[in-house]
Amino acid sequence: MTIGIVVFPGSNCDADTVHALRDVLGQDARDVWHQETSLDGLDAVILPGGFSYGDYLRAGAIASTSPVVRALRGYAAAGGPVLGICNGFQTLVETRLLPGALLPNAAGEFRCRHVRVRVERTDTPFTGALREGDVLRIPIAHGEGRYYVTDRERARITLARQIAFRYCDAGGHVTPEANPNGAIDNIAGVASASGTVLGLMPHPERASEAIVGSADGLRIFESLVRWIRTRERAAVPSMPAAASEDR
Amino acid sequence: MAVETPARPPERQFGALRPAEYAEVCRRLGRDPSPAELGMFGVMWSEHCAYKHSRAALRRLPVKGHGVLRGPGENAGAIDAGGGLAAVFKMESHNHPSAVVPFHGAATGVGGIIRDVLAMGARPVALLDSLRFGPPDDPAVAPLIHGVVAGIAAYGNSIGVPTVGGELRCAPCYRANPLVNVACLGLVPADRIATSRAAGPGNAVVYLGARTGRDGMQGAAFASVELAGNPQDRSAVQMGDPFTGKLLIEATLEALATGAVVAIQDLGAAGLTCALSEMSARGGVGMDVDLQKVPRREEGMAPEEVLLSESQERMLLVVEAGREEEVLAVARRWDLPAVVIGRVVAEPVLTVRDGGRAIVTLDPRYLTDAPVYAPDAAPPAYLEEARRFDASSLPAHDPAEALLTLLRRPGTASARWVFRQYDHMIQTNTVVPPGGDAAVLRLKDAAPRGLALSVDGNGRSSYLDPYVGGMLAVLEAAQNLACAGARPAAVTDCLNFASPERPEVFWTFTQAVDGIARACEALEVPVVGGNVSFYNEAGEGIYPTPIVAMLGRVDDVGRHARPGWSGVGDLVVLIGGGVPALDGSEYLDAIHGRVAGRLAEPDLPAVARTIRYVREAVAAGLLASAHDCAEGGLAVALAECCVVAWQDASARAAAPAGPGARVTLRGAGRPDVALFGEAIGRVVGSVPAGRMPDLLNLARRLEVPVQVIGRVAGDRLVVTADGSPAGRPLLDVSVAALARAWDPIVEEA
Repeated sequence: MTIGIVVFPGSNCDADTVHALRDVLGQDARDVWHQETSLDGLDAVILPGGFSYGDYLRAGAIASTSPVVRALRGYAAAGGPVLGICNGFQTLVETRLLPGALLPNAAGEFRCRHVRVRVERTDTPFTGALREGDVLRIPIAHGEGRYYVTDRERARITLARQIAFRYCDAGGHVTPEANPNGAIDNIAGVASASGTVLGLMPHPERASEAIVGSADGLRIFESLVRWIRTRERAAVPSMPAAASEDR
Repeated sequence: MAVETPARPPERQFGALRPAEYAEVCRRLGRDPSPAELGMFGVMWSEHCAYKHSRAALRRLPVKGHGVLRGPGENAGAIDAGGGLAAVFKMESHNHPSAVVPFHGAATGVGGIIRDVLAMGARPVALLDSLRFGPPDDPAVAPLIHGVVAGIAAYGNSIGVPTVGGELRCAPCYRANPLVNVACLGLVPADRIATSRAAGPGNAVVYLGARTGRDGMQGAAFASVELAGNPQDRSAVQMGDPFTGKLLIEATLEALATGAVVAIQDLGAAGLTCALSEMSARGGVGMDVDLQKVPRREEGMAPEEVLLSESQERMLLVVEAGREEEVLAVARRWDLPAVVIGRVVAEPVLTVRDGGRAIVTLDPRYLTDAPVYAPDAAPPAYLEEARRFDASSLPAHDPAEALLTLLRRPGTASARWVFRQYDHMIQTNTVVPPGGDAAVLRLKDAAPRGLALSVDGNGRSSYLDPYVGGMLAVLEAAQNLACAGARPAAVTDCLNFASPERPEVFWTFTQAVDGIARACEALEVPVVGGNVSFYNEAGEGIYPTPIVAMLGRVDDVGRHARPGWSGVGDLVVLIGGGVPALDGSEYLDAIHGRVAGRLAEPDLPAVARTIRYVREAVAAGLLASAHDCAEGGLAVALAECCVVAWQDASARAAAPAGPGARVTLRGAGRPDVALFGEAIGRVVGSVPAGRMPDLLNLARRLEVPVQVIGRVAGDRLVVTADGSPAGRPLLDVSVAALARAWDPIVEEA
């Protein structure tokens, strides 16, 4: 199993994401350079956080035109799991692989802090090990994280169950006070209709070890690993089920 | 070869040099300098680059010590961090640029200090900043604060280096001349520390990074004069580009990893002029370079402009002959300009050409070996008056109201509104984020080891007694590290003063250096680097403001303490034997509007024992919480312990209010002195009752006074003095009210 982490010029959470997958979870993870044009052989692709190309136009805008993102369209269309974290989410939105837009925070300033998010959807490769209503404590660190969709689009993605995470309080209540950036409907993460493409503003890789404040984010990566293993088993029917460990 | 020596224009005869310095240049060269050479001497002999007024005094700082891998004189100091890692760190000021263009001045301050660490071959892993401004309610000051904070955030967040700590204080003397001091920590395998010593005749001199523009012209010289509010000062401020800065970090580390890089230095103050001359001089070699090859952002730049430009995000490398392509390929991959601009030569002669024409030919040591001055020193006249202060003359003031006022002051109030704008978690090493006494980072490659960092300085104390003020900066930093469970290991300092050419300023400078030196000796902590910033005056001079950044080692990052109470029912202890006084205190300034008093000289051995005690108690898991008693004295420290615990509790949705504390002071004299008096060497801790015997045993062994003063309980902070009428506390305030004063931001976390 190999998970690819895309490195754009200006990505700065790539190493943290590799650390969570490789050093904490013990999985194969490798950098994918932004000029690579093939994603063959990767079991999942993660667009990490950062300031791709300096975010000098709009966050994620320039990254969305890079060679690797052109390849990513085909990869996603074929059902390959794609996770965009923060700048990666912004890039997926710019690429139109996910609906909506990410606007500057309501406060007009960068925000770095822990927030809580409620799991709204569990039938995705990234949330399968979670239960609906679970509350995760994960940090945000962004200046442009206010999720926005038009009313019509909001109705559509709500109906299609594309809202994957919402900002909430410790009790799991979705309140205005728990919303760190003014996102519409407290939306923190959005999935594609099929669920295989997910974007989220909070950084699960920063919440992968208790020593740095929280290990809740690890459950998102664990979900992904479990999903890939399950798929591997399904693809190789002769493999005895007992031979592959399920976490 | 012949150097053209055109007729001197009468007005600009000496450039930035004094007449005697110009004569010295002519004597060394045996001729008049060319215009380019004159420009080089002008910046290299500026205060900013040459330390000509401070060098002699700085020699008094202790620089040797256990685990020092590189001391002062390199781009940054380095110490052994354990596990084969070297911790590289350095602090620098960017005061004048931040005064003129707050956003870019502060942003490039971050970029500049990062490159100093990068030049040691280290990956930058943490930033801290120490900021001083005028009163925040001053309409001229507010935009300055916001611009500086936004500039630090914009640069630091984008390049992906966490800002893990810092401090912000305000006083009228910083109104027109704010202080922006930024410290950076980097990590590198100890056997791979890079050097700036050029070597190997025939090796290539490689320019790497952003193109050269006209920004930052004469920045070093600008930093060496008083602010006068000239519109043209803006051209002395560089523009930062954090995106290019991030690429430069990655490209530089990748270039160093090739093994082809012999020496490296960043292009900071005085740009190419400084790097060419310092790298050559340190290596005892020369260089022959052609400015025409330098990548440029603008057309029509004169060669002198290229030589002196302080454009950001650039490095100068010496690369092994024949291996240039390896480094150039790295640069191409990161889409950065990289060009061989010349070669190292054996003879110690720096030759700078503009195409075919040599415009500079000299021994680089002439530039780096500037004259040293020993200015006159005399105690300032204000001291006598300021020290004539009698606390007994102070009118009484309601303690609860005073406490809430103090908690709201910048400097004592929570700085969360600042650091939530900084990415303090990136790189996933931050174990104790900003807001604790010291930041704690884990070392992924040397677990469970960690490092702790704190920056401290108190201009008001240094104003009243620069010798004691220098000591206090060191001791407070060490005390903060101890509270986090760290062993002090090394210091880098930033010495911010007004003009050294005024005897009273120079006196305060030497006193502060002596104070820092004495305290460092007492703690056995070496000074491995630093920066002097003079001429901080725009009309009035600033307080003498020595800032100390201290780095500490943590054996096990799992064993650290934080300020907030940990458990209801725990005993509250006061550690250390300092005698509180109102002289020079925050209380005296905030409540009575006076900056006065005579500061007691710290009992260095006693404070050193307290620091060791706190660290050992934390590392042994005896203290559930620990918090330095600093500005605002015991009352503010207790209030902070309550509020920080309350904020954690609210996060757990466990305790709707509290925990507070009930504290009784024995033998306290005047209530204001007992509550708000300040003394170095006091720490407030909390401890489960069962651990108290062990804590007391350790106290006996290390001869540190420890007294139980109360208990974590209820939802109020109640302080009583024994002997006072029963049921009549000195202070009784709800934790919620304390929290609203100290940190009005309400956020779920």
